[in-house]
Order: sequence, then structure tokens, then C-alpha cells
Amino acid sequence: MVDREKVSALVKEAKSERLEERDVLINTLHKVQDYFGNYIPIEAAEVVAEELGVPKSKVYEVLTFYTMFSTKPRGKYVIRVCVNLPCHVTGGREIVQTLQETLGVKFGETTKDGLFTLETTSCLGLCGVAPVIMINDQYYGDLTPKKLIELINSLRNGGDTK
Amino acid sequence: MKPMVVLVSVDSNSVLLGARHFVNYLKELTERFSLQDTVDILETGTMGVYTQGVVMAVFPDDVYYSVRSVDDVEKIVTEHLLKGRPVLSLEIPKDKLKLTVEREKVTAETRIVLRNVGSIDPKNIDEYIARNGYFALHKVLFEMKPQEVLNCVKASGLRGRGGAGFPTGLKWEFTAKVQADQKYVICNADEGEPGTFKDRLIMEGDPHSVIESMIICGYAVGATKGYIYIRGEYYGSVENIQKAIKDAYEYGLLGKNIMGSGFSFDLTVRLGAGAYICGEETALLESIEGKAGRPRLKPPYPPTNGLFSKPTVINNVETFANVPPIILNGPEWFKSFGTAGSSGTKVFSLVGNVVRRGIVEVPMGTTVRDLIYRFGGGLVGGKELYMVQTGGTAGTFIGVDKLDAPLDYDSFKNHGVSIGSGVILAMSEGTCPVDVALNTMQFFEHESCGKCTPCREGTRLAVQILEKISKGQGKLEDLETLKQIAYVTQEASLCGLGQSINVPLLSILENFKEDFIQHIGSISCPHGVCKFVKVQKPKMKV
Repeated sequence: MVDREKVSALVKEAKSERLEERDVLINTLHKVQDYFGNYIPIEAAEVVAEELGVPKSKVYEVLTFYTMFSTKPRGKYVIRVCVNLPCHVTGGREIVQTLQETLGVKFGETTKDGLFTLETTSCLGLCGVAPVIMINDQYYGDLTPKKLIELINSLRNGGDTK
Repeated sequence: MKPMVVLVSVDSNSVLLGARHFVNYLKELTERFSLQDTVDILETGTMGVYTQGVVMAVFPDDVYYSVRSVDDVEKIVTEHLLKGRPVLSLEIPKDKLKLTVEREKVTAETRIVLRNVGSIDPKNIDEYIARNGYFALHKVLFEMKPQEVLNCVKASGLRGRGGAGFPTGLKWEFTAKVQADQKYVICNADEGEPGTFKDRLIMEGDPHSVIESMIICGYAVGATKGYIYIRGEYYGSVENIQKAIKDAYEYGLLGKNIMGSGFSFDLTVRLGAGAYICGEETALLESIEGKAGRPRLKPPYPPTNGLFSKPTVINNVETFANVPPIILNGPEWFKSFGTAGSSGTKVFSLVGNVVRRGIVEVPMGTTVRDLIYRFGGGLVGGKELYMVQTGGTAGTFIGVDKLDAPLDYDSFKNHGVSIGSGVILAMSEGTCPVDVALNTMQFFEHESCGKCTPCREGTRLAVQILEKISKGQGKLEDLETLKQIAYVTQEASLCGLGQSINVPLLSILENFKEDFIQHIGSISCPHGVCKFVKVQKPKMKV
């Protein structure tokens, strides 16, 4: 069950940062998603819609338009890989291949053990240390297939993302 | 002030090379050796270069180190800080240092945007003020009328640094002229053009320069509210900008009655959520209004009908960062840099296969060759350059024959080389133009918002055809079809995203025509990149 009061409090917090009546929906959704980990349950989105006075359909549209939001639970670690040219030509092709082979999933899928969700991202602005990936809110740069496999293995063995 | 200072470049890129970890270890060691009263450890923004590890500078000795491990940190502490002997093995080598000095010579007089980045602590408002920060705001509020500010920015010839190059002063004047009960100033910090990371490093390294400029803009156009729209993934930028806004409020530089002038201005941060299209200004407005970021039909344009249908100025981070020095030094000073039609400097992001990846600020009119070889240090492994993408994904692909084109807002018209957002993506031999074209079109296909048909379908078709060619199944007439798609999508699309796909697509088809032809009717990719797949012939039914 979704804690409606908690969501309500998050909406109030976001509201305190507004300059205009309708300018906080996306910031609010960020706060709600951070609270739930890496997705926004539909019930929580309904609370947001009610509290902000926005139609549910509009909130749903926003949730599904932006790639950082998800309405479904994702893996414990959401891996986002930059697939743009600056990473692509500095070894990113191999990184994408290694990830798909090591995890055994394609983009948009979650591993069976529920640990990893693999996603693509556009340029993260870390091209000084390309190729780059993100795992949850942590960045990793200057990657090689070897470093990547070590990283994945350490997460599988209960290491953290720091 | 302590006798010695160690300045460490801590930014989103260097953190991934261990910068944060090294700072902590440095602090731990200085305490262990009781050096805490002798040595100050300060964090600053980017020093521009990345491939040499984390840059640390020791003052007053003026020694620059490249640090790759905690052992390196230990050496610097035990040898240099404790015994006064510079660690030669970690020093940025003399020939490279010479290049760095030469670099500074070229850029020292032209550090306008990056004037404080890599020198001050971005989280300390006093350091910004100590370097003439908020002096321009004071001058504007107490010595200049709004029209005088507009005249000054117009006369400077400053043009939008996001890529389009629209004259900034003119944009401000359009907004100033409209009568309205509310106007807005917005900073477009939704940096998403692949290869561009200058805005990120400006916000991380000198956040107050953006804030000061937005208040000045507010005063000039009569706006009292502002938003900085930052990419959701840019945690470091969000953190530093939010801290800077908080401090500016505490110092009375934001909020009601700024510096006792009677002028009031409120500023806040809004986050993106992973949509490249939100860098398009009207899509960005939709996003702040809490909607899906789909571009609006233009006209009307934002200066008359912007956020919540009110007159709105939207400028890029780098554009804003130029304004305070222009106000303080005058438009003539600014025009003394750069070329006739493009005054000032440009911050370029050097990426791809160059030795020294990073950002560099040089006068407008600098050539691609200088950027790659002089500032970028040539190509990794001494390889030959094969192709360069300039200006970002919506920019041009050029071969080595166009390296001497000077980059400014007219270089696309004059030389077919676009400046865009300032990306210089160098690709060495072994890069396949078909693979590069496919990657580029996949990007557009993914980022197309789907609102208008030409862009949605055009990018999808281009990807299908390029996939076919990269599998060795292309036909010569496919190249003509690609060109047709480029023309139609450019002509018929609603916003800048679709309207700009012709630039990369046509430039790569023209400048690398031979590479495409070599993929057609041959048995393998000439560069050994694309994997050819044989077409399975349908089996005959017996």
C-alpha cells in the first residue's frame, strides 16, 4: 500500500518551491520517484494529481513521456548506458555489447533476479571521460569491458555503487 | 591564509577519475603529518583537461600534478608538502606544460566565460564577489537605465551560444518592448547535444555568473521571475546552482529590493527528466508548465508569448555567462575578440579520439585544426584523423580537407562547417562513416517526440536504410532516398530537431560518399566496423 500521507507531504514540499501555480509537477514527480526508489506507483501518481489539481491523464502523459520516470518497478540497479557518438567512438560499442552479454538482457529489460534493469541514455555530458554509464545516481567513466565486468560482479556479490 | 595551497579540480568528470577520493585522502594525510596549519586544500571547477588524471596545483610553487592514484597523493604529501621537493614523475611534463602555458597565452586574454572556472571555489559566494562578481549587477541597477543595458548587449554583438546564434540583445529588446503584467527570464541548462559538456562545467565551476546575468536580464527587460531549467541527470550542476541561489538570497542579491535598488527578482531551479527535445525552447516552456515536452507551433515566439503565455527571454548558460564582463568592460572590449560577424569567444568541448579531452575557450574564428592539434594534442595513439563532427549531432561531418575552416556563425554558410554548440568530435582512422551515420540517425529517431509526421517517420526511415547499408544490403539508389528524406524532413518538420537532420545527413553523404559506395555491392565493410549479413534467399517450394 502506498503511504498517501507521505506522498502528500512530498507534494507540499515541492509546492513550497513554486513561483507560479502550475510550475512544479515535474519536480514533484522527481521527489516522489526518489522516495519510492526508481518508479512511481500509480496510486502515488493519483495523489499527486489530486493535490496539484491536475487531471490524472496529464500526470500519466508526463510520466510516460520522460525517460527518467517509470510507472513500473525497475531492478535494484538501473544501468543507463550512453549510446551517443562521443561514447560510441571511444569504446562505447564494446561497452553496450559487454553489458548485454553479461546481463543477458536487452535494453528496457530487467534481469530475472530483479537486480539489473538495462536502459539507454543520451549524452550525460561526461565526454571528457567517455565511455560512460550510470548506475542509479552514480556515474562511471573511462570504462573498459574488463572494468565493467568487475563492477557488475561486485554488485552481484552485494557491493554498493559508491 | 595558510602558506601553501593545494588546488584540486573537482567536477563531474574528474570525480570519475577519483577526485573526491583524492581530496579526502589528501586531507587525511595532511592531518596525519600535522600540516593542517600550513596547507590549505581547496576545491575548484574544471581545469579543462582530463586524460592526464586529476589535476592538482600546488601554490606558491606553481607546480601542476596529474594524479591517478592514492599512492600519487601520498608521494605529493610526503615529498612536496612535507619536504619541499616537487615530485617530478607526477608533474605534468615540460613539453605538455609548455603547451599548457601556450594554451594559457592564447586563452588568458580570452577567458571571458570561464574567467572563474578552475580558479575559485564555486560554493563560496565571497570568492565570486572577490573577483568582481555582482559588480556588473550593481553597475546596472545604480548607473544604467534598462534601455542602456539593452543597447550595451546589442552593441557587443553577443549571439546565442546554444547553437542558433540569434543576437542576444535583440532577443532581450523584443521582450522589453512588450507590455505585460508578468515577464520571465529562463536559462536553458538542458544541455543535451551529444558531446557538449561546457554548460555543465560552467554551472559547476562558476554558478554565480549565470545568476548575476539573469538578474541583469530581468532588470533590462522588466521581468521579476526566473527559472534555470537543468537536466535531471546533472546532479553536480543542480547542487552548485541551488547553493548559489540560496547564498545570493542571503546576501540580498536575489529577492525583494536587491541591494536597496528597489528592483526585485526571484529565481528557482526546475529539473528536466530525460528528454533531449526539452532543449528546444518551446518544449522547455511546456516542461516547466508541467506538461510533456512537445514543441509549440511558432510563431508566436517566446519573447511575446513564452512561459504561461507571458513574454519570456530564454538564453543558454554560456550566453548568460558572457554578460557581466560585457557590462563591466563595455561592448567595444567584447568586440575586440573574435570575428566581424561573431564577436567574443566560444567554449569548445573537445571529445572523441583526441589526446586531451576537455573544454577550452578560444576566440571565435579559431580553426578546427588548431582545436584538435594545438589544444587537443592530436589523436590518441598517434593515429591519423579520419573525420570530425563539429557542432554536435545536428552539426556537420567533415573530412581532413576542411580542417582550416575558421569556426564562427558564418562558417557553415562559407565553408560548410557548423559551430553549433561547440562540439569538436575527432574520429581517427578505423571509424566507419556508415556506422557513424547510423548512430546519429538512431539518436534522432529516439529523441523525436513524435508530434509531427515528417520528423517521426523521416528519422525512422533513415535508420532503416542505414541499417540496410551497414549490413551490406544497400543499393545505390538508397543514397538518393536518404537525401530526399533529409530535404523533406528539414522542410516539413515542426521544430529545430527535425529541421536540422539534413545538416549531419547531407554532410556525411557528401563528404564521405566513397565510403558509402564501398559498402554497396562489396563483401565487407572497408573499415572493418559494420558486420555484413547475407540476405537469406527464400527457399523454393517443391
